Amino acid sequence: MMKRRDFIKQTAVFVTGAALSSSALVMLDPKELLAQRPELRWGFLVDTHKCVGCGFCVKACKIENDIPIEANVTRTWVERYVLKKNGEVLADSPKAALNGFTSELIDQNASGLKEVDADEIAQAFFVPKLCNQCETPACVQVCPVGATYQTADGIVLIDRKWCIGCGYCVMGCPYGVRFFHPVEHVADKCNFCYHRISQGGNTACAQACPFGARKIGNLRDPNDPVAKTVLRDRVGVLRDEYGTKPQVFYLGLSKEVH
Amino acid sequence: MKNHIWRPLYVVAAIVVLILVFRIFYVPEDFGIQERGYTFGFHRLGNEQEWKEFPAKYRDSSYCQDCHYDVTEVFTVSQHAMIQCESCHGAAFDHPENPEKLPIDRSRELCLRCHSQLYTPSSGRSNIPGINPSEHNVGIECSACHNPHNPSLEEM
Repeated sequence: MMKRRDFIKQTAVFVTGAALSSSALVMLDPKELLAQRPELRWGFLVDTHKCVGCGFCVKACKIENDIPIEANVTRTWVERYVLKKNGEVLADSPKAALNGFTSELIDQNASGLKEVDADEIAQAFFVPKLCNQCETPACVQVCPVGATYQTADGIVLIDRKWCIGCGYCVMGCPYGVRFFHPVEHVADKCNFCYHRISQGGNTACAQACPFGARKIGNLRDPNDPVAKTVLRDRVGVLRDEYGTKPQVFYLGLSKEVH
Repeated sequence: MKNHIWRPLYVVAAIVVLILVFRIFYVPEDFGIQERGYTFGFHRLGNEQEWKEFPAKYRDSSYCQDCHYDVTEVFTVSQHAMIQCESCHGAAFDHPENPEKLPIDRSRELCLRCHSQLYTPSSGRSNIPGINPSEHNVGIECSACHNPHNPSLEEM
């Protein structure tokens, strides 16, 4: 026969033990904990008010990163949005804005070039696009061979020797920033000019921008101009609903921009 | 169990062992789970360094200033000062060694990137003086009249 005292004792021990979830007993790796809050996290700020659609950023990016200039692929591009007074939204990006926006005609692909009268336009502006270097990148999660990955400072890179060209990441990116490199025959995308920024330089696009519409910065440094704007200003991100936590922030984003 | 069951099983076991041995030699030593964990950081560590060593093509205007100070002196106080030299003169690479001369883009299209007049009321573009390229001196290079290094209309 078990005594009442022993029964209560043993029950208490059992309940406490069972209440401890197994995950609480996992040893924490200090390296992994530190990586969650490193001192450096690259972020990008795009000011759509300042962008004039000159496309110098696209040209600089293509030359800097060895993307064939006339090939129909690019690591960054600029979109033009024309919001008409009747609510219609038109958008285009002729040749990814490699040669800038020089015509009033809006490229509507199959339906040709569309002329919009100035009186009908409510708003018209330019939105530069590039890789968002997401905090939880969908493209990385789907890679079956560990060829694409994120560095501790937040940049998503592609291992050109390891990529098998399956294209899952190209499909997985909600922002459509990935493509096949026509010469290297592997997946490719913007990496914030990792070779430049890791040596204290600026990205080729931000350097080429005459109006300061593009800026790169360290989001962990409270004195960094980009971090300051992201913290204090009203900034938006693209396609927040995908839960990828993009780290390219936009000033002057409108609901028509995706 | 009978021999005809064991024999194919040995073959399967041998294939598994072969694959595991191949894997030891094929997968580089620095391949593994790095800082961002298994989901986002599973990669070959050496590739980070490979990307850092990717050659840069663009310098910046301060690189040009060292030799071409006669031009940059005027240019840096002009209305075009915020444009990088390399935007029109081409990426510097290792100029003046390689290439010796940079290809200058003097085309109308280059100027039109900013100066083609578009109706863009909610963009900085509307603050830039613009022309209609199909009416304004068609066929003539802009630099025939305008000095890109000092574009002030008063000094034309």
